[in-house]
Amino acid sequence: MTMAPVTQRPSFNDVFYASLQKLPEGENFLACLQCGTCSGACPFGYLMDFPPSKMIASLRAGFFDRVIKTDLVWMCVSCYACTRACPAKIPLTQGLMTRAKEELLLAGNVPTELQDALENSQRYGNPMGESPRRRAAWSRGVEPPVKIMSQARQPVDVLWFVGDYASFHPRVEQVSQAFARVLNALGVNYGVLGPEENSDGDSQRLAGERGLFEMLAEKNAQAFARYSFGEIITTDPHAFNALKNEYPALGINYPVRHYTQFLADHMAQLKSLLRRSMKARVTYHDPCYLGRANGVFDEPRRLLKAIPGIELVEMSHSQETSLCCGGGGGGMWLDGYTWEKAHVRLSEWRVREAVAAGAEILAIACPYEAPRFEDAAKMVEKASRLIVRDIAELLAESIGE
Amino acid sequence: MKIVVPVKLVPDLVEELVINDQGTGLDPMWLRYKLNELDEHAIEQAVLLKERAGAHVTVIALDIDGADDALFTASAKGVDQLVKLCGDFEQGLNNHALAGLIAKLLRQAPADLVLTGVQAHNDLDGALGALLAGFLKLPYVGYVSGVSLSNDSALVRKEYPGGLMAEIEVSLPAVLGIQAAERPLSYIAFSRIRQAMKTATLKEQFLPQVPPAVQVVGRMYKSESGARAMMLQGDVDTVAARLVEIFREAGVL
Repeated sequence: MTMAPVTQRPSFNDVFYASLQKLPEGENFLACLQCGTCSGACPFGYLMDFPPSKMIASLRAGFFDRVIKTDLVWMCVSCYACTRACPAKIPLTQGLMTRAKEELLLAGNVPTELQDALENSQRYGNPMGESPRRRAAWSRGVEPPVKIMSQARQPVDVLWFVGDYASFHPRVEQVSQAFARVLNALGVNYGVLGPEENSDGDSQRLAGERGLFEMLAEKNAQAFARYSFGEIITTDPHAFNALKNEYPALGINYPVRHYTQFLADHMAQLKSLLRRSMKARVTYHDPCYLGRANGVFDEPRRLLKAIPGIELVEMSHSQETSLCCGGGGGGMWLDGYTWEKAHVRLSEWRVREAVAAGAEILAIACPYEAPRFEDAAKMVEKASRLIVRDIAELLAESIGE
Repeated sequence: MKIVVPVKLVPDLVEELVINDQGTGLDPMWLRYKLNELDEHAIEQAVLLKERAGAHVTVIALDIDGADDALFTASAKGVDQLVKLCGDFEQGLNNHALAGLIAKLLRQAPADLVLTGVQAHNDLDGALGALLAGFLKLPYVGYVSGVSLSNDSALVRKEYPGGLMAEIEVSLPAVLGIQAAERPLSYIAFSRIRQAMKTATLKEQFLPQVPPAVQVVGRMYKSESGARAMMLQGDVDTVAARLVEIFREAGVL
């Protein structure tokens, strides 16, 4: 009698674990010491059923299917705190957490509010469900007018990728107007895509919607290809991260800088324009996707120090250890869910630190933060006088334009 | 069990609505269409019934901008057959005419159960289900938020105003107007929709002639603002005194 070999279909656990190991630096998953540093560094690790280290333990024990049945993975704000703390350099944010969210999403295990943002992104190219035709409406009234590429039809030195919140959120529109005034004061030849710009897709990707991210990236690539420009600058660290680190893998390659890097390069000219003094103690919040994920720490501080009268103070968590505002990785669209699970807001934690540092102004450089921190300041004791301003707004104010 | 879900694409209110030059309807040039939300619930309910007891689900949509996306999304949700009705209806198709056309198709290929969204905002008489049932002489229940099937009947949960619910037994075949599916609308990952675009078949059915409208819109216009609102200015005492005066003038004090 001959015996046929018994073939067993690999389990979901094994397929998933193998897929993680194929990612860049994915072999490091095998080097996990189970030290738990990641779970300790995670702002919500204390309440997750399976924080990162336990997820890896579950994979090794072969019961990752249990992890996918829980929903607390959605507490992950993709802030890179775990990744930076990991001594084995395991790609936790980019690999484990994002891939786990992809599996949750495929299984339909998605909180409703996140679902709305993703469906809006698919349909309108922005998570808020605003008409794409109104994407440049914020620029009305800026003088000289902001060039919209489809109308101007001429090459520019700088293509400004504005982003979703900077285009549609009433508070962040003010930041966009301020930055346009700074660019105008510097005499930069720039333009925006306006209605042709789509969401950068990075937060959707980190919320597990890889397919949607690729679709949005392709649409942006088609718009980029229509025009002639020297480089892309963006006021959105999430767009910066996508354009710098994720789009190239899709064949979309353009030089990109965050606006703080761009302005720091124009420091001499900028300094001559910063005439109005601002006597204030200012602290700076490092956005996760500018600082921890992309290593831009100095330029925002150099810009702030260039404003006459400003005294820069640091919060207890700063630079690499900066705290997340709670908006990353889909957190921007999960406020109700997060509150229901945790009854805390990360933005309030950060505002308390700003108050403790004795700051009068909390300076920011990411479009998620103005609404988040201003809301938080209303809830935190002694924070009612804390002013939240984007660096672009402070610069525009000092220029006096 | 054959379930058919006729759906409609309706103007997306995210965009500003522009009235045509004749003042008789919306200017289609400025319209963006989206699947009627209650029709999404009808699809969800059909897929849920299929998951529970097995069924063959067909979704029918008019060939309007956005129909392909809506149909492929339905396929990714678990719908078996996609039908797109093509023809010359650039100027739109009123609900009576549409119901007549779909009724004709359903007479040729009868369904055990027809589910539609209970209402839609695209036209007068937006409730397609009731019109369909009228044409087909089938029983109709609207404002349904739950369906369980047996061999030749359906037990449906109907919502009444004031929080009242009724359970009604309906003999099949029947038409139901869905108010809400029994579960929230499921999220379909975009990769699954893309997959459906590659693998699912979209059956195009050409409509030989489009019947003329039975209703004629005389005039369509945006709501006109009256001049009746008055903002009272000043401190609390001034405002209160003025209010008392106004109430006296109106004869309510």
